Amino acid sequence: MAPVDVEIGRRPDVNTDPATQGGYSDHPPRMGFFTDTSVCIGCKACEVACKEWNAIPEDGLVFTGMSMDNSQGLGASTWRHVAFIEQRKPIAAQDPGVPHDGDTDFRWLMASDVCKHCTHAACLDVCPTGSLFRTEFGTVVVQEDICNGCGYCIPACPYGVIDQRKGDGRAWKCTLCYDRLSVGQEPACAKSCPTNSIQFGPLDELRERADARLARLHDAGVSDARLYGRDPDDGVGGDGAFFLLLDEPEVYGLPPDPVVTTRDLPSMWKHVAAAAVTLVGGALAAFAAGRRI
Amino acid sequence: MAECHPVGFQWVMEAKARGAKIIHVDPRFTRTSALADIHVPLRAGTDIAFLGGIINYVLSHDKYFREYVVAYTNAGTILTEEYRDTEDLEGVFSGLDVDERTYDFHTWQYEGMEVQAASGHRDLEYQDKAGGKNGKPGSRHLRQSGRGEAHGSGGVAITGTPQVDPTLQHPRCVFQVLKRHYARYTPEMVSDICGVPVDTFRQICELLADNSGRERTSAFVYSVGWTQHTVGVQYIRTAAVLQQLLGNIGRPGGGIMALRGHASIQGSTDIPTLFNLLPGYIPMPHAHSNEDLDAFIEAESPKKGYWAEMRAYTVSLLKSWWGPAATPDNDFCFDYLPRLTGSHSTYETVMAQLAGDCKGYFLMGENPAVGSANAKMQRLGMANLEWLVVRDFSLIESATWWKDGPEIESGELKPEDIGTEVFFLPAAAHTEKDGSFTNTQRMLQWHHQAVEPGGDARSDLWFTFHLGRIIREKLASSTDEMDRPILDLTWDYPTKASIAEPEAEAVLAEINGWDSEGAPLTSYEQLNDDGSTACGCWIYCGVYTNGVNQAARRKPAMLQDWVAKEWGWAWPANRRILYNRASADPDGKPWSERKALVWWDADKAKWTGHDTPDFSAAKSPHYRPPTGATGAEALSGVDPFVMQADGKSWLFVPAGLTDGPLPAHYEPQESPVTNLLYRQQRNPVRQITAMVHPNDRFEPSGAEPGADVFPYVCSTYRIAEHHTAGGMTRFQPYLAELAPEFFCEVSPELAAERGLEHAGWATIITARAAIEARVMVTERITPLTVQGKRIHHVGLPYHWGHSGLATGDPANELTHLSLDPNVHIQEVKVLACDIQPGRRPRGRARDALVEQYQRRAGITEQTGTEV
Repeated sequence: MAPVDVEIGRRPDVNTDPATQGGYSDHPPRMGFFTDTSVCIGCKACEVACKEWNAIPEDGLVFTGMSMDNSQGLGASTWRHVAFIEQRKPIAAQDPGVPHDGDTDFRWLMASDVCKHCTHAACLDVCPTGSLFRTEFGTVVVQEDICNGCGYCIPACPYGVIDQRKGDGRAWKCTLCYDRLSVGQEPACAKSCPTNSIQFGPLDELRERADARLARLHDAGVSDARLYGRDPDDGVGGDGAFFLLLDEPEVYGLPPDPVVTTRDLPSMWKHVAAAAVTLVGGALAAFAAGRRI
Repeated sequence: MAECHPVGFQWVMEAKARGAKIIHVDPRFTRTSALADIHVPLRAGTDIAFLGGIINYVLSHDKYFREYVVAYTNAGTILTEEYRDTEDLEGVFSGLDVDERTYDFHTWQYEGMEVQAASGHRDLEYQDKAGGKNGKPGSRHLRQSGRGEAHGSGGVAITGTPQVDPTLQHPRCVFQVLKRHYARYTPEMVSDICGVPVDTFRQICELLADNSGRERTSAFVYSVGWTQHTVGVQYIRTAAVLQQLLGNIGRPGGGIMALRGHASIQGSTDIPTLFNLLPGYIPMPHAHSNEDLDAFIEAESPKKGYWAEMRAYTVSLLKSWWGPAATPDNDFCFDYLPRLTGSHSTYETVMAQLAGDCKGYFLMGENPAVGSANAKMQRLGMANLEWLVVRDFSLIESATWWKDGPEIESGELKPEDIGTEVFFLPAAAHTEKDGSFTNTQRMLQWHHQAVEPGGDARSDLWFTFHLGRIIREKLASSTDEMDRPILDLTWDYPTKASIAEPEAEAVLAEINGWDSEGAPLTSYEQLNDDGSTACGCWIYCGVYTNGVNQAARRKPAMLQDWVAKEWGWAWPANRRILYNRASADPDGKPWSERKALVWWDADKAKWTGHDTPDFSAAKSPHYRPPTGATGAEALSGVDPFVMQADGKSWLFVPAGLTDGPLPAHYEPQESPVTNLLYRQQRNPVRQITAMVHPNDRFEPSGAEPGADVFPYVCSTYRIAEHHTAGGMTRFQPYLAELAPEFFCEVSPELAAERGLEHAGWATIITARAAIEARVMVTERITPLTVQGKRIHHVGLPYHWGHSGLATGDPANELTHLSLDPNVHIQEVKVLACDIQPGRRPRGRARDALVEQYQRRAGITEQTGTEV
């Protein structure tokens, strides 16, 4: 039973292109991020460039002990976040040289996380004010001057990305630098990334590039490499910002099988409607029956 | 590199994508290791043993590039009979003067040649006077005054013709000496010293040797951590010996890249902020030893190679500074130049402050209260000044130590007792001013101002220009001869905008130089010694060719060839690879098509190629100099190293280094083990700056009693989140939050041994101080097996201090003032320490803890100071 307004299980075409669906008749190609974590060096330039460009406040001077990660995760005031994962696992033919108790395997994974700009964005679906909207680039943006802080979008996000800022109340997240895109500039994070771990461009091109990169890594023996959010058939219709990971998504704090949380809303409303109809029908029947009596 | 130079690391990643193998040698597993093919952790302070082992492998397995070595290095040059190697003298070279703690390097010479001693003819009487005053032996004082950097653009002076054995068989030829010298650096020895498994070491040897030769080249990249040792210069020398043997110098994809601490440190060496150099590596004259210009040139310049033109470079510099006042009659104002009376390196300046000799101090973008070795000595020195000027972005510790520093907290100093008048002047950032950066490949890249500086912030150029302008106004009516050098300076830069910012490009034009008509010069070969040309830095001559700022060129890579000569400008003469004559064989043909860079075009009778040839354009490979030739004419067609007096690259350095003609492994000033290679434990001529100072005690090493009190190897370093002493980062919220607190990195094994709790606190103790840090227990740090012992490292990022948003104890409280004798750099990359769980004591109890450690280790003022 397919929901009426959320189309899952179909490749994106004119009918599923988010910008087209958003009502843009003439629009640029869908733009997005491909974050190739296999070349991330964890410099955090993306975190800093994002904060600098978007004037996001500092959000905590806390030594966490979580490897080199002190910003802990995406939130209202962290729109790019670099995860650091120290693992006793090998990475292809790399010789890490740091044995412990006879175990020679070791690798240090780094990955820059960001809002996924889902094809089917639940945050957008639930926003009652229209603060969250789909741009002509197919990205999802929250407008700070319209958001009323209701917070519906926060539990709606299957990735836990969008977040309410304390002392402010409004919801904040990555805009994929809508202001920069509008004048032909790439987002600040991609611009600052020294190793091209964060690549910005038309999503179709990025997907091709990602497929080629994945094949090359597999050839090089990096059998753990996989794409995440690349597949238009997944639970959110594919991500506008997708990733090349070197381990299971959970290792990076990503849900293994995200599903747009509003997927079942139409059917829920149908059930509600059916229930209402039943109730009303029952009541009418009762009245009708009463008259008969 | 990914930690400290993440932007430059993109090129390593690009090379990797094209198939390059990345080998990372570092005690800690860093962001670089995470992306490397092989990470080799080694004990901090053992790199000469490691590289020496590779040299031994290359020599003993005949893996060296023989044709290159024979033709282009001094491998065949025969040494004097007087030379004695570490092999002969149990770890020291001939000429060691134990009392003076110096080497007399006259025995390190080539047979039949007179090598111009790098620190030259000195006035002994003067030395005795000057030395006596500071309680130091005179000649050591002057010897250490620094000639090591004086040849950054070339070699030292030698005269005569060397005797060469092209078969490399003569027992006294450099090649055979080298072979004997490194024969004891076996894989087993390397393993025992460095803690690197023999198999891993062999693998590195093979990878490097197999990737060098005609068809392939390998590059070395190091950061300043390599230099910050009592044998720092010799670290780089060992890499240089290896790269010469492998034929990796002067060729594309080869070389040794120095990644330095700041954006334009190369620029501030070329046009130096160093006490012992004038622009373009012209040595600073010594008091009394260089009486006039002729004597100076005679003493300091060689007769062969491009340094033979030093008089033209020097006169043009003097003309640039003093313009019309500089005439042949007054030696072009040569007497206006300051004279050296000894070493005035940053650490000696601290000692002079403590002695009351140095009364004023400018700190421009430097935070020694945190960032220099033995930070306490730095603060005590500053507390003994009359005035201190700090120019920085924020109120760094060096500006506020007098009211909130550790000595105030402990009660050792009181603000009301400190006489230093402190001036703080806010500085403009690079985005707020025009200027150039010179990178490690000698390339100048211009940056344009993006915004006006805010508030009272001003550029260093603004500050220096207006300071000079005001001083000149105040002295204008002076008739004192002493003031002439200031009053006669050409100090007339145009200014712009409401803040009267000097035009940076006008300074660049002056550095480039002009002829007597004022027309911009295009090449240093145009410089004259008669005063008809002016040039502020001869090696930069050409950067303003045709009156156009060549450093500002930004032609994208895709619009030009792979050498990309139209991006920025590289000294000298826009050459992208120095000594690139070596990229072709002796006949002038590229060693291989794959690695072709420049070559001899016999039809046109000139050198040509992708890069600007670093060679006389019309000099045939078959040219041989006539007897008695001087200058560039004296170099033959097979002498690629044109700045060297013999045109060869030096495997063996006959003059110019103060601590040995060949690198030898010595243990650091402080080490938990004894030197396995030689009886000599430490570099015998390391510079102990603060001899017998109570705040700079050394620890016992190796088998000495008390060494076990400090059982761990400690290394200070940087992480990507912060920049050096933190002045640019700890005060910025977006950067501070990324690494908000000082922490130490330890292995799980050490954490278990000492009861350290992850994310808890630890106290780290050396003979100088005790500091506290949050604990990062990580498998990125691994114990190493050295001489059968398990050796632990304690890793300390050194960025923090008590000010700013991200705070913590400075790691430099722990470090000491035992220095490299060539360039006076501190040994902060390796110390011995103890670590204990919990926070450090406060107030006087902190000193008491250090004193207790000193007592337990039996430390006296003599400990660790022997030759």
